[in-house]
Amino acid sequence: MSDVVERTLSVLPGLLGQHEPGDGPGRAGGPGRVSATSRLGSLIRSITALTSKHEEEKLIQQELTSLKATVSAPTTTLRLMKECMVRLIYCEMLGYESSFGYIHAIKLAQQGNLLEKRVGYLAVSLFLHENHELLLLLVNTVVKDLQSTNLVEVCMALTVVSQIFPREMIPAVLPLIEDKLQHSKEIIRRKAVQALYKFYLIAPNQVQHIHDKFRKALCDRDAGVMAASLHIYLQMIKENSSGYKDLTGSFVTILKQVVGGKLPIDFNYHSVPAPWLQIQLLRILGLLGKDDPRTSELMYDVLDESLRRAEINHNITYAILFECVQTIYTIHPKSELLEKAAKCIGKFVLSPKINLKYLGLKALTYVIQQDPNLALQHQMTIIECLDHPDPIIKRETLELLYRITNGQNVTVIVQKMLDYLKESKEEYAVINLAGKIAELAEKYVPDNEWFIQTMNAVFSVGGDIMHPDIPNNFLRLLAEGFDDGKEDDQLRMYAVQSYLVLLEEEDALYPQKFLQVMSWVLGEYSSLVTDTDPEVILPKLHSLLRKTYVTFETKVWIMAAVTKIASRTSCSKTVDNLIEDFSNSLDTCMRQYAFELKHLCEDKALMKSLLPFDASCKDMVVDASLSFLDGFVAEGLGRGAAPYKPHHQRQEEKLSQEKALNFEPYGLSFASSVSSSGVTGRQSPTGLSFGSDTSGNSAEKGHKETNTLKLEGVRKLWGKEGYLPKKENKVGKENEPQTVSCGGLLAGQVGDPPASLSDQVASLSEEFKEKQQLASTLFIGLGSNAGVSLMGKADTATQKFKRKSKINETQNSEEASDFQNSAALDFGPLIDTVPINMEDCEGSIHTRLRKASLCSSDTVEDNLAFETPQSLKKSGLDDRLSDSRLSQSSLFADSNIEIFQPSPSAQCERASKTPLVPSLPEELEELTHSEVVELCQSDALSLYSCKVWTDDSLLLTVFVSNKTSSALHAVNLVFEEAEHFQILESLTYRFPVIEAQSVEHCQKCVWMDGVCTQGILSGSINYQSEMETCLEFSVTLSLLDFIRPMEMTTEDFGKLWLSLSNDVKQNIKMSSSQDSLSAALNTLQQKLKLHVVDVIGNEGILACQLLPSVPCLLHCRTHSGMLALWFRSPCSALPDGLLYQCQKVMEES
Amino acid sequence: MIKFFLMVNKQGQTRLSRYYEHVEINKRTMLEAEVIKKCLSRSKDQCSFIEYKDFKLVYRQYAALFVVVGINETENEMAVYELIHNFVEVLDKYFSRVSELDVSFSVSEFHL
Repeated sequence: MSDVVERTLSVLPGLLGQHEPGDGPGRAGGPGRVSATSRLGSLIRSITALTSKHEEEKLIQQELTSLKATVSAPTTTLRLMKECMVRLIYCEMLGYESSFGYIHAIKLAQQGNLLEKRVGYLAVSLFLHENHELLLLLVNTVVKDLQSTNLVEVCMALTVVSQIFPREMIPAVLPLIEDKLQHSKEIIRRKAVQALYKFYLIAPNQVQHIHDKFRKALCDRDAGVMAASLHIYLQMIKENSSGYKDLTGSFVTILKQVVGGKLPIDFNYHSVPAPWLQIQLLRILGLLGKDDPRTSELMYDVLDESLRRAEINHNITYAILFECVQTIYTIHPKSELLEKAAKCIGKFVLSPKINLKYLGLKALTYVIQQDPNLALQHQMTIIECLDHPDPIIKRETLELLYRITNGQNVTVIVQKMLDYLKESKEEYAVINLAGKIAELAEKYVPDNEWFIQTMNAVFSVGGDIMHPDIPNNFLRLLAEGFDDGKEDDQLRMYAVQSYLVLLEEEDALYPQKFLQVMSWVLGEYSSLVTDTDPEVILPKLHSLLRKTYVTFETKVWIMAAVTKIASRTSCSKTVDNLIEDFSNSLDTCMRQYAFELKHLCEDKALMKSLLPFDASCKDMVVDASLSFLDGFVAEGLGRGAAPYKPHHQRQEEKLSQEKALNFEPYGLSFASSVSSSGVTGRQSPTGLSFGSDTSGNSAEKGHKETNTLKLEGVRKLWGKEGYLPKKENKVGKENEPQTVSCGGLLAGQVGDPPASLSDQVASLSEEFKEKQQLASTLFIGLGSNAGVSLMGKADTATQKFKRKSKINETQNSEEASDFQNSAALDFGPLIDTVPINMEDCEGSIHTRLRKASLCSSDTVEDNLAFETPQSLKKSGLDDRLSDSRLSQSSLFADSNIEIFQPSPSAQCERASKTPLVPSLPEELEELTHSEVVELCQSDALSLYSCKVWTDDSLLLTVFVSNKTSSALHAVNLVFEEAEHFQILESLTYRFPVIEAQSVEHCQKCVWMDGVCTQGILSGSINYQSEMETCLEFSVTLSLLDFIRPMEMTTEDFGKLWLSLSNDVKQNIKMSSSQDSLSAALNTLQQKLKLHVVDVIGNEGILACQLLPSVPCLLHCRTHSGMLALWFRSPCSALPDGLLYQCQKVMEES
Repeated sequence: MIKFFLMVNKQGQTRLSRYYEHVEINKRTMLEAEVIKKCLSRSKDQCSFIEYKDFKLVYRQYAALFVVVGINETENEMAVYELIHNFVEVLDKYFSRVSELDVSFSVSEFHL
């Protein structure tokens, strides 16, 4: 962004000359310009003369009323209108809304001459925002001006487009702007690039097809155009750096030229050539070179050059240096450069100029993780900064300390942070800092007492504004505990005791969150403290309940705590009092709790079983199907109530009813109502009774049906903790961090401060000694002998609390119950195949079962799917496909099982001896597949891959060829989890042995989870030769790999079309070679694997599906050389992705 | 990213404002008032960057006029600091010795 402004500024004087030949007063200077805007002038003068805010408001209101009258009067000339606009802008700037003028601003932009147009556009860009409805009215004007022969008009239109433009209307101007990229004037080209940058930001999919034009802009002979294109590249590289590695050379060359002063002199700022451009380039290089030694290699020279050139003492060169340092530390390191960069940081940090010091600290914070020794060099400066009078510097220093925290210095650093936290009042700072303290405290806790005290401080200062995760995490930690039961209890006991002390104080005001934490802990663990009578705790809670500052939410927490404590005591007077107090409370919630408590007190046995001690980590089985209500529902139905319809079914019905009246502007003769048989089928009573059957099934697993209400109440408190991780294997307790609470002296010896410093100590004052002690406590563990391994993030050994997620476990049990359910449905043709599958391969059992149950639910008509909640969830959008799916599901049934069948062991046998050049096994050779590509290689191994497009998945085949003359053992292939892709079965594959000079292969089924046009699946292979070796590789998968044709009839298409909601329309130009519809359809069919359903006149319909089963329908129509594409799909991102692919193939052909 | 660009005088009167991200009108006045209060509270020997909510302010003082730019984490503070100066230099050239009055009286020229 800064660069945009810079460029605008650098050409400003010249531009103004062009722009405002008529705007004489502006350039005339002196009294002339004041008189020209005399109305505005007098307005400003009278405002300045006023003394109070109130008077100002009155005056402006007056002004606005008169303006309103003027602008809406039909006699107002455009010239006067322009003048009014300026005054409106001024009023708006002062914070008085003048929405009545917006429409006139647009009119002015439309009708006025150059000068008036400019003011009109300006007003529009200031008044309106991206989503303003009036913006649509501007589109026409912009289009007109873009086609104008007047350069200035084109310029203005482009400027306004790059500032503000509605997302939906991009297609209307895109072709015009693309043309402008070839314009002869560089200013037009530059502005066109800026406009495209704006489009890229708001709708990246729409400009994807012009990427190569960006490349042209990058090579433009005008530096301004090139600079503008850098913004687009920075953005694109941020999103996907691997796609632009080939441009590294160009960027390096450009930077070299800039640094070498090859740019026109206009770009210089204080004799530094185009500084903001340099910064931009350095950022791009940093992104490109990250973790990539080969690319980084290319840029070492130019970075060195930049460092050298930027030695003039001026602020702007410091800014460049800062950016340089950041880049050097981001890319693959080179020791020479690192040294220079470190020196640079040193200069910054030691500078007396405060701004530079800030910059130095920021840089230090950035690099500290890579090079902790740098912190040691500057430790004294850091200490000084910690006591700096400027809070901003202090803040930045704390940020730095946060990064170097380890088990040994945590107490000191957290203390410093707490001190700052207590002083700071700003909300955002408090939230941020409280989070960091809590994180550190949890990660490096030295002992229980300290931990609880620290957290107490955080809670009481952070109060209610801090992130809700902090108290939740804290409670979870207490509940889960660690390895050692005794230790846990001690922690809990300490917490209880400290809260009791805190509650002693009568008038202390604690934040709500803190009170909630206290009451939960007291409720759960107060019985651990044996020497405290519940009678001491209960009155305290009771008195809290009566306090007015306590919110209802907190009261509920407290009430729950009271209930828990009460369950462990025989009889308490306080409890009775409390029940009495709240039984007639005005708050219904409290009353409810009081009643529940009362009833529970009467039945102690039930109460005990309901509120077991220390059970917050135990999983609670919740009957999600609400099966205990089945009787009630059946009764309701018996009395003639309408059966429940799920939300989307209701919508669908509504849609089909509407359709009778409301015909879509759609040329094809589709049946316009949704199949009625499907709908009635769903409503049939048999379906319902079946539903209750299955849910009854799940209910047998034993839920406390009697106490749902109560359960609900408790669940509210325990929240997600029902699903919380339990303690599993914890890190060894032995290496507990040594406590450093004894402070400076001891730690000073341990910390091993640099020798030079200890020499100085003798001659230093007391104060300095103190500081140094502090330093050594702070930097303990950072010394060279302590080693890098003790540093911040790498330090896992000292993590005392380690959580293991139990999510997997829950999932498993979920799936198991799925299995039970689907096994219970012993109809459906597929069920026979299920057991066979099961024997096949343990790993993929669940996936297949899921499918099996899915298919079987199809075949028994939709009524099943709609009445059982579980299967409903699974079938998801497939339900909507209703009829059209029969064929599809049979496809599943057949091919699915066959493809999955090869279990790992079978594969190995098959791929026994093949020649060194990999080729596909015979059964795959027949399927469509890609070329075999080499992924990576080392001395011993080569890795190849090949994509096989089967009907229902992408089969990624990886070949490993052993080039050595001896057999390789235990070769492991591991894929990383990818954001967009899902690998069925497991992510790893193990080749027990690969014979010398032979090739083995493995296959993985890949599905696309989230739609993206292109993604990378990476992984590594490791093997044992002389030593453990690991090779990394990555495979690029595109959306097209997962698109398959979908066969259907025109009628089915019509039904499906109506039921889908996400649509995307776009017109694309057809090239001369494929001007007929059939040619275009042919291209789409061949290149994108779309299925052509039907062709009627100049319209065609196509269908495809994204694996496993997300359909996407396409309707295309030709008119006057354009191809109008209209996509519909249940998935919102899919049409965008396909559109992009269509544009690509149409452009290519 | 630059979020907004402000010119405010010592009395807290806004002379120029430009928002690159939509902010509601009544929130703008509040934000401007808070921003200028923050800037005024700082002395000459404190640094020109302030943390404000979830973004940073970079300011520079020219006589009684403050130029304040709101940026987010990704921006280089020093570069923005100099950008302000560049802007002011350009104004200086255009108006041949720019002053606060110029800024206030020719609002329309300023928003180019």
